[in-house]
Amino acid sequence: MMIKIQTNKRVQLAIGFAIGIGFGFVLQRGGVTNFDVIVNQLLFKNFTVVKIMLSAMLTGMVGVYLLRQYGLAQLHPKPGSIGSTVVGGLIFGVGFALLGYCPGTVVAAAACGKMDALFGGMLGMLVGAGLFAAWYPRLEKSILNKGPFGERTLPEIFNICPWRVIIVIEALVLGLFFWLERRGL
Amino acid sequence: MHMDFITAQTWSPYVVGFIIGLLNCIAIVVSDKFIGCSTAFSRSSGMLEKLIRGNTASEKPYYKKFAPEIDWEWMLVAGVAVGAFMSAWLSGSLHAVWVPDLWAKTFGGNISLRFAAAFIGGILVAFGARWAGGCTSGHGISGTMQLAASSWVAALCFFAGGIATAMILY
Repeated sequence: MMIKIQTNKRVQLAIGFAIGIGFGFVLQRGGVTNFDVIVNQLLFKNFTVVKIMLSAMLTGMVGVYLLRQYGLAQLHPKPGSIGSTVVGGLIFGVGFALLGYCPGTVVAAAACGKMDALFGGMLGMLVGAGLFAAWYPRLEKSILNKGPFGERTLPEIFNICPWRVIIVIEALVLGLFFWLERRGL
Repeated sequence: MHMDFITAQTWSPYVVGFIIGLLNCIAIVVSDKFIGCSTAFSRSSGMLEKLIRGNTASEKPYYKKFAPEIDWEWMLVAGVAVGAFMSAWLSGSLHAVWVPDLWAKTFGGNISLRFAAAFIGGILVAFGARWAGGCTSGHGISGTMQLAASSWVAALCFFAGGIATAMILY
């Protein structure tokens, strides 16, 4: 049945849209459509962004690996390399602090009246994406494939059972949450 | 009690994160997709190029990888706009903000300056996200939950670059 749903293009577009509505709703309600909340995370004054991202990760990690175990889902780990992931990630970070939103929250922020997100951020992102497409052939030849680590997961690399990794990460992150709450952060 | 929840100004970040995690689980079962937001901008810029320069734009190798057309992720991002609007409207926080408070405190209330900074920041964010193959959602949430090596590295670099820049700027 799932295969049937997965191959119907119009149904898929509608599902993407519906999931996006849910995602945008909770992003706004979580407060991350707010420039101050995001920048204050980068300044370690407000931990909303980290709390949202890590609790999404904790939930999804268990869900995704359970679903995979029952044959209901597949993993799609993205490929990466030092040249692409590290360099691109750092460039992203600089923009992240300057813009004060990320690609998802900039759209959500624009939709709830943040004019800098709408006229500055979203326009800039269209230009940035266009520039990347123009430079891609050169970057691909020179830097993007330097030091590849492949489409692999941490358990595959270290050759351990994923559930062990998950339990350790869950415990560490929950510990971090308790610590943050106790310090009133 | 239900109405309070719908109209509350903010929800606990843990509740929000939990819902995002569940949405991702639904997405992989019904669509075999993980939530991600940055390729939608590549597709949109490709669609704009196609509009301006015609079909030669689709010949670019990058647009062969990410065809300039509306796909699942593009619809997701469109939905994000609708959902955020609905949430802001229901909680009574829908109003125009031109310069964020924290920005104004550091750099003053000049709208052009803030827009210019957001524009340059936007360029870097999109450029960096496509360079790294994902953003705070695609790598930072969806990739880390799969325990993907590339995504853990990416998430650390997003924050390393962001923290360093924010410490200098604000």
